[in-house]
Amino acid sequence: MPGLRFTAAEVRRLEGRPGSALRRTVVWLLVLGPLAGAAHAQKVGGDGAGPLIAAASDLRFALDDLAASFRRDGGGPVRIVYGSSGNFRRQIAEGAPFELFLSADESYVRALEREGRLADGGVLYGIGRLALVVPPGSSLAVDGSLAGVAAAARDGRIRRFAIANPEHAPYGRAAQEALTAVGAWVTLRPRLVLGENVAQAMQFATSGSTDGGIVALSLALAPGALGTATYAAVPEALHRPLAQRMALTRRASPEARAFYEHLQRPASRQVLKRYGFALPGE
Amino acid sequence: MDTAALLLSVKLAAATVLILLPAGVLIARFLATHEFPLKPFVEALFALPLVLPPTVLGYYLLVALGADTLPGRWYEWLTGRTLVFTFDGLLVASVIFNLPFAIQPLQRAFEAIPEDVLHAAACCGLTSPQSLWRIELPLIGAGLLTAGVLTFAHTLGEFGVVLMVGGSIPGETKTIAIAIYDRVQGFDMTGAGLMSLLLLVFSIVAIGVTFVASNRRRRHGPGA
Repeated sequence: MPGLRFTAAEVRRLEGRPGSALRRTVVWLLVLGPLAGAAHAQKVGGDGAGPLIAAASDLRFALDDLAASFRRDGGGPVRIVYGSSGNFRRQIAEGAPFELFLSADESYVRALEREGRLADGGVLYGIGRLALVVPPGSSLAVDGSLAGVAAAARDGRIRRFAIANPEHAPYGRAAQEALTAVGAWVTLRPRLVLGENVAQAMQFATSGSTDGGIVALSLALAPGALGTATYAAVPEALHRPLAQRMALTRRASPEARAFYEHLQRPASRQVLKRYGFALPGE
Repeated sequence: MDTAALLLSVKLAAATVLILLPAGVLIARFLATHEFPLKPFVEALFALPLVLPPTVLGYYLLVALGADTLPGRWYEWLTGRTLVFTFDGLLVASVIFNLPFAIQPLQRAFEAIPEDVLHAAACCGLTSPQSLWRIELPLIGAGLLTAGVLTFAHTLGEFGVVLMVGGSIPGETKTIAIAIYDRVQGFDMTGAGLMSLLLLVFSIVAIGVTFVASNRRRRHGPGA
């Protein structure tokens, strides 16, 4: 064929119909793809594995324990997503499929109730506390009154200090209030590393890359989280109370309601107390 | 090790490849064989996700697809599901975000087919679809492989868009990249390390495959 130049490889490919394997694959993908998609849609329509719970990050260990005790008492599995309460407040307003919301700040629950996203006003489940966490090797005194932090901030001895983001994490806001109360906020501000939620702040505070941080007492009391760091509880007088409220959303299933009720049992309240929460009505 | 998250990521990646490969073939073939005034602009648009911060895409998807927007409501009316915080929304985000990873290798592959071959196919009486199916597809095998592998691997690693549009719902939008982030925050460095290692090995294999494929094309393929 004059004017046409094929390489040897092209000739082999064109003559040997090497594309047939490829084409078979394409056909199979086209056939199987929609089938897989349909199977997926069916699974989601028939609900996943247990009710979907949005929980403030300070509950990361306490609520895992409570989900385990729920199962021991004959309940089913629950799917818990941990994050900052402010983030969940926004996501639920945007239609996220959560059935129960455990907020570290009751104002977020109140706001969602006003917007008609919740089944009712919910219940208070605990009052959160702050803790100063100091990794080994830090020059900071493990002193809950924060006097040591204030002094170190004045002397410029703190290079990095971790709190949760005060913009949308209640524990971050409380930490800001406590640091302001001891007069350390302004000097410390340029040294802060902000966790997206309080569990990330805890991870920053214990990692050794910071001089410490102010996080949730419930995380400092969790065996796995503290590691080799040390902690001291911060006096409640240094910040507004972290009133923690939970409420079912309008999507709540019977399983979500059962878990909600489980969390209010005396045994569950004792678990929360063990993780440093003050109980309402006590 | 969060197997549910791994399976979800694999499913998302497979679905993305399944949608993007056929669409990418058609778009890339058109771009490779046509000249028109706004072509550089169109090509730039398809390449935009390469440089666009994922959170910017996430923001616009939230604004465009949220439960209160027109597309969001329309989708909910049609399927009973929302687009944000669901697998469906992740898939939309993933397809948009991977456009350049599918289109670029395919377009290079189509451009590498000698014009003589296309002319010969036309002279033999093959229509355009016949030519695509019988002549061009067999010749762009390496490009298809590269596009598929890159799209798949890139989907596994998506983080910013997934977190913003999907939340982190187990079995629905909690992909393996999110699970790693979550495990670190849960002080489970072993679990996070295991999943990270898995993704690292997979990424090395994926990028290796694409390099081998493009080398073979350079040595044996059209335009050599």
